[in-house]
Formats: sequence, structure tokens, C-alpha cells
Amino acid sequence: MTRVLDIELPRVPVGEWVENAVDWLTDNLGGLFDAIQTVLELLVQDWVGAALHAVPAVVLAVVFALVAWACRNWKLGLATLVGMLFIQAMGMWEHAMDTLALTLVAAVIAMLLALPLGVLAARSQRVSQVTRPVLDFMQTMPVFVYLIPAVFFFGVGVAPGVVATIVFAMPPGVRLTELGIRQVDQEMVEAGHAFGATPRSILTGIQVPLAMPTIMAGVNQVIMLALSMVVVAGMVGAGGLGSDVYAGITRLEVGQGFEGGIAVVIVAIFLDRATAGLGSRSTIARSRRQAAAA
Amino acid sequence: MPAIEAHRLYKVFGRRARDGVARLEAGAEPAELKKHGLTPAVIDASFTVEEGEIFVVMGLSGSGKSTLIRMVNGLLEPTSGHVEIHGDNITQAGGADLRRLRRERVSMVFQHFALFPHRTVAENAAYGLKTQGVDKAERRRRAVEALSLVGLEGWEDHLPDQLSGGMQQRVGLARALAADTDVLLMDEAFSALDPLIRRGMQDQLIELQHQLGKTILFITHDLNEAMRLGDRIAMMRAGRIVQIGTAEEILTDPANDYVAQFIQDVDRSRVLTAGSIMEPPVAVLGLEQGPRVAHRLMREHQVDELFVVDRDRRLRGVVSEDDVARAVADRHDRIEPILDTGLPSARPDTLIAELFTESAATDAPLPVVDEAGRLLGVVARVTLLNAMGQDTGVEMTAAPDVPAAPDDAGSAGRVDTKEAVR
Repeated sequence: MTRVLDIELPRVPVGEWVENAVDWLTDNLGGLFDAIQTVLELLVQDWVGAALHAVPAVVLAVVFALVAWACRNWKLGLATLVGMLFIQAMGMWEHAMDTLALTLVAAVIAMLLALPLGVLAARSQRVSQVTRPVLDFMQTMPVFVYLIPAVFFFGVGVAPGVVATIVFAMPPGVRLTELGIRQVDQEMVEAGHAFGATPRSILTGIQVPLAMPTIMAGVNQVIMLALSMVVVAGMVGAGGLGSDVYAGITRLEVGQGFEGGIAVVIVAIFLDRATAGLGSRSTIARSRRQAAAA
Repeated sequence: MPAIEAHRLYKVFGRRARDGVARLEAGAEPAELKKHGLTPAVIDASFTVEEGEIFVVMGLSGSGKSTLIRMVNGLLEPTSGHVEIHGDNITQAGGADLRRLRRERVSMVFQHFALFPHRTVAENAAYGLKTQGVDKAERRRRAVEALSLVGLEGWEDHLPDQLSGGMQQRVGLARALAADTDVLLMDEAFSALDPLIRRGMQDQLIELQHQLGKTILFITHDLNEAMRLGDRIAMMRAGRIVQIGTAEEILTDPANDYVAQFIQDVDRSRVLTAGSIMEPPVAVLGLEQGPRVAHRLMREHQVDELFVVDRDRRLRGVVSEDDVARAVADRHDRIEPILDTGLPSARPDTLIAELFTESAATDAPLPVVDEAGRLLGVVARVTLLNAMGQDTGVEMTAAPDVPAAPDDAGSAGRVDTKEAVR
């Protein structure tokens, strides 16, 4: 009986196929990858990174505190100020700014890709059906696995870190955009059509504003996932706090690893609370509150 | 040219819906289609709505009325058939043409208001104007104007969620009015409102329609609402229009058992009017004719009273048998001395609910006169009671030349007789 069930299945060489595909891509699209690498490095290091580094730490800490205040309340502002100064006091400021630059660039690009994709998925059942498993795949695949081909394509440094971060962080942006737009009351969309509005003005004037709280929740998720990727990105030489944590692990330096970790937590709390606060400030959320108060 | 013309509309949901239409046209039952995975929502619906008319489509949920109204402005594409609005084929129009037709010709009021919560009341009311490309100041001016039409001045800068349901629907109505289209589609517009507020909105709609002369296609599942608002009513059942007629026609002559059953509970006294149940007077006496003629007429027709009219058929009064007999005995030549001029009368558009008190006060039938005082017909007590009865076999025999009466009975008398008394 056992003999019968003991069938030897042929080995499926998925790994080889992927390797071949990656080889083919590196050989044939090398120019494109180089261009992407250049642009990403330019964005992260020379623009956003350089800008963050150009401002003195104390001044920037105050700016962040004001941003936190504007997005939420003075308590978050104060906590941000203390946290940022603490990062500076640990000597982690430079790396924290590198990480912030990488996170912001990756999150913005992820959202720029996620928004239209989410809109398309909300409009077409077919697009939705295709994107869903792809997003599942992107989210559940262990993140390290992206890093290997990313390094092949973009070399070691910031670029593979940003690309892997985008792939990992994008799914909730798409999902929540789709969900938000699908949740908009169908009658309101009908009202737009009934009064002869164009699909574009229905999208920008009705669907997106009404979906804004959900979309902002997506932005928040994207940023948090992007930040959670920084440690992993540190492994491929993306720099920033990730490299401190990674060095702490590989060299068993508990102190350095811990300091890097705390700095990540502080930046994470700042970004999370500030963007969550932003969501509750959207026009629609504000008008709902105003109406409830009346 | 009619404002809206729906020509043999079919809407079948499911794959290969056109095959479903072909089957239905070949006489298949809707139930058969369901076996093939097709859902017929609207089956062979044709109707025309004249300019300035309130046309009500009445049906229970699932009867296809919401699907029907959505085909009128192209929110849904008919599987077969087409709709014309002022002669423009809206079904064949696509893209930009369809949007232009919607902007310029048809606006819509929704069951759950469909106001934009992130825009102020004024911005909501101005939405149609915005899509028309009207500039901002003008938009605001016309939105404020429309809002004051529905009694919402002073609320312009509030948000919709700050308003009560009835007020929100007024904004919905103002939005449709501000767009200044000839045709208004109202999809169960008052169904989500409390009965009292609904009643107020119905009155307001009737008043606005008088003021502005819009063509209104109104969808409802509430028969009383249909009877109150509709100049004509289309009764829908299971996707088909089973009867189109005035409230009175439907009440007095239901097309089938379904409609008959449906109208059982309607308060007839608030729908039927004097004009629709009145009968020609058996005999009238000319003012110049004397008591003798009166006496002869009474004997001939076996009546106790005679209405007296002048040369223009204006009602001058009534004479009773006793007085006539006495006048004949006393050899009087003229009728005036015995004429009772203080008699009550009704207009053709008076609801029969209002006739009871009058009718109870006198044994004589109640005369129905037009605004010039001309005698049109009479309502005997027995006729009145007959009309109230559940049996729908009330005869509609009325003077053929009844002029359209002005609507001075107020909005309650809106269900008028223009068509009913033909």
C-alpha cells in the first residue's frame, strides 16, 4: 500500500526559471535598471537626504514637532520634540535622517503607484481580481527574497532597499484605496452621473474625497510598512538606522543595535501618529465631526 | 412633442440578455427566463409624459420601477427599446452627448438624498450648475434662489448632515431645480421621510410644479402618494406596466384584478372628485319657463326638485314640488318668486370627502357648477355612497363639455379632473 502512494513527483525547477528570468532581465534591461538606480539614489541621497542633513538637528526637531502639532495636537508635538532630541543625543541623528529620507521616498512612490491601481481596481472587477492575488503574493513573500534580485538589478546600496520597500509597502495602499472608493455610496456616484458629471470629475470630486479617510489609513499603513523594511534594507547597504541594527546583530553589539532600534521606534511613532492625525483632518472627516457637533 | 417618450423598454439582467428579450417577445413567461439565469426587470414598458405633467410610476419593490427610471436618464442602458427626451434619443447617446443631455434636460432626486457630505448645502444645490460650467458667483446666486424656493434660506453654509431628513431632501430637490432642466426624475424621493414630512413635501412639490411647470416623473411604492401627486399613474407589476391612467380612471376602472386588489384600501373620498361622479341632471327648468312647465317636468321625470338655469345654463336656484304645485294652483306665471337661490353647490374638482356635509344638509342632489356658475351635473346622495363603495363599477357619466377647472380648491384638490371627465 505504501509503495503505491510513494510516487516520485518530477522536480519542478522553479528556482532555475526565476534565475534565468533574472539573468535575462539583467542582461537585457540593464540600462533601465541603471537609470532607475540613478534616479532613486538621486532622490534619496541628493535631494531628500541632503535637504534633511542641511538643516541643523535642533531646528529640524522643532520643525517635526510643529508638523506633529499641526497634524494632531500639541502633546504629539511635544513628544516628537523630546524624541527627536533624544535621537540626536544618542548620536543617531544622521542615520535617522537617512532612514527617514528612504522611508519617505519609498512611501511616496508606493502611494503614487498604489492610488491609480486602487482606483482601477475599484472600477473594474477584472482588475480587482487580477491585482488581489498579486498583492497577496507581494505581502506574504518573505521580504528578504526580494532583496536578492533587487541587488542583482540595482547593485548594493540605497536603490535595492527602496525598490524592495516599495514592493513590500504598496499592497495596503492599493487595497485601502480600492476599498475606500468601493465603499462610497452608489447613489452619490449616480447623482454625479445624473447631473452629467464626467467620470474624472466624479472620481476627483466625489469618490476620492469621500474615500479619503480610508485612503489616508492606507497611506499610514504604507509608511509604517516602509519603515519596518529599513532594517532589512540595511542588509543590502541602504544605510541609515538599518545598518546600525544590522551591525548590532552581526557583531553582537547589543548597545548599538538597541540604540538603532529605539531610534526606529521614535521615528515610527512620529510618522504613525502624524499621518493618522492627517486622516482625521480630511474634508469629509472634518465635516462629519462638524455635523455631529451641531 | 411629449417631454419623455419611452418606447418598448426592456431590461434583462444576466448574460445574453438580448436572447431573453427575444424570448419575452415570443411570449415566454418571466419565470422561464430565470431558469436560463436571466432576470427580467422591465418588460415592454412604453409610456409618454407630456410637458408639465406629473407622471407617477407606482409599484411595489421588485416591480422594476427603479430600473425603469434609470433607463430614462441613461444611468442604465435598456436591453431593448429607447427613451426620447424632447425628441432626443437618450438611449443612443453616449459619452459626451449623454452627459450634455443630462446636464441640460434631466435632473434627478434620489431616495436617500445622495447629497455630498463634504460640501455645503449651497455647493450641493449648485452641483448641477457646476457640471454645466456656470461660473462661481452665478452658481451661488442660483443655488440660493433654488434653496429659497424650497424654504431653506439661511441654511446655505451648513453641511447636509446638520439638516433633518426632510430638509436634506429639500436640498436634493433644490439641486434638481437649480439645474433648471425641464424634466425632473424623482426616485422614491419621499419614501425615506416621516409620513407628516412626506405629506408636506408632496404639497410643496405640487406647488412648485404649478409655479415652475416642470415635467416630473415620480417613482413611488405608496399608492396614496401616487394618487395625490399624479396627473397620470402607471401601475407596474413584475416588470410590466399593467395600467396607465388618472387616479380616478384607475380607481373607477382598474385594468385587472391585481390593480383592483391594490386600490381596495385607497381612501376614495380623497381621490374622486365631484366632477368624476356627477351625473347629468334628469331635467332642468329654464328661468323663463313658468310653474306649469315645471310641474309637467316633475311629473314626467318623477322628481321632487328641479334646478333652474338661465339662457347661459348658469344655475339660478332650485324649485320644490310643493312650491310649484302651489304656484300652479295660484295661477302664477313666473318662476322667480318660488325660486330657492341659497342652495349649496360644488365645483368639479371638489373632493367628494368635502361633499358629505353639504349633501347631508339637503334632500336634493348637489349641483356641480363651473367657475362661471354654469350647471355641469348633479351628485345625488346615492351616487355619493356608490362611489365610496368597494365595488369599482362606478359609472362615469358626465357632461361631455366640462372645461378644465382652475385649481382653486388648493393643493388638496390637485388630483383634478382634466382627463377624468372626458
